[in-house]
Amino acid sequence: MNRRDAVEKLLSSRQGALVVTGLGSPSYDVHACGDRDDNYYLWGAMGGAALTGLGLAQAQKGKRVMVITGDGEQLMAFGSLATIAVAKPVNLDIIVLDNQHFGETGMQVSHTGQGIDFATIAASCGFARTGVMTTLDQVDQLCIELLQPASGPGLFVLKIAAENLPRSLPPRDAVFVKNRFRGHLGFDPS
Amino acid sequence: MLTGDSENTDLDWPLQLYRILKEKQVQQMSYVPDAGHTALINLFLNDHDVCANVLTTEEEGVAIGVGAWLGGMRSVLLMQSSGVGNCINMLSLPVLTRSPLLMLVTMRGEWNEFNPWQMPMGQATQASLEAVGISVMRADTPAELIEMTEQAANMAYESDQQIAVLISQRLIGKKKW
Repeated sequence: MNRRDAVEKLLSSRQGALVVTGLGSPSYDVHACGDRDDNYYLWGAMGGAALTGLGLAQAQKGKRVMVITGDGEQLMAFGSLATIAVAKPVNLDIIVLDNQHFGETGMQVSHTGQGIDFATIAASCGFARTGVMTTLDQVDQLCIELLQPASGPGLFVLKIAAENLPRSLPPRDAVFVKNRFRGHLGFDPS
Repeated sequence: MLTGDSENTDLDWPLQLYRILKEKQVQQMSYVPDAGHTALINLFLNDHDVCANVLTTEEEGVAIGVGAWLGGMRSVLLMQSSGVGNCINMLSLPVLTRSPLLMLVTMRGEWNEFNPWQMPMGQATQASLEAVGISVMRADTPAELIEMTEQAANMAYESDQQIAVLISQRLIGKKKW
């Protein structure tokens, strides 16, 4: 599955969802679909995407939060699945774009390429919704499911091709992106 | 509720910290448990207006707090000095985004410590935080702690600062076990 096609589907049906992206290719994928005020891109802080999403979901209970990250980034936040499962946000979904490789650093095989299955792990932690998608048709179904009310957090693994596409770079000014995002939610720069 | 009389300060500093943080409209608290933070953690856990997150490792709370601020919510992070080392790279998130961060850190490895395994990180806590760009204040008495936390909260939430208040081991007392 082509990662950009999959992400485009997720974003075209976001319907007001706030989006947080993990560093590296997921940030480029989301940016390639159009830079927006309600996108929050990470360029670093590896392991922080899902948890930033958790904090945001707790502060914005009336909005859906979608974290789009990679297998390597999520592997660094393995424990976050326990923390998020215990916190039980009903408005947080984590999308793991899983190419089973560390794509930014030379395409070394990652843990998910050696059998670690995030969807099963998340389910056993207590996530309300989990799944593995290997085709764009399945992503279409996921987009419909994501719009339905949930009883707890979701985690979905999208198996994507291991390839480095042309980079589409979000702004690197972290204060600018933060203030722009907060401005979207009605908070003036402080 | 206990009263906040100054003569009770030595005993009820966790309650006074709780009151300050409530006055500052903190609505989220993330923590890795520590004996020195027990009373403050329990006050928050019993407060249904505050969203409490128990963490598997301290760095998680750094990212959670930045996410909360993105959504307009004030957060506080409680940990022991041993957890500061776990946070270092994640602290680039509040530092670089210039987001409020208030950490209350109970110290080990500096005063009457019985466990040598607490020593290296306890001795490195302040230097590590400062090296990555966090402002550090250190309270050696309950009165100092209360005063420092109040103004640290102002600087964090009103001036977008990243601040750790270290609660000295001498103040907390020797761990009982």
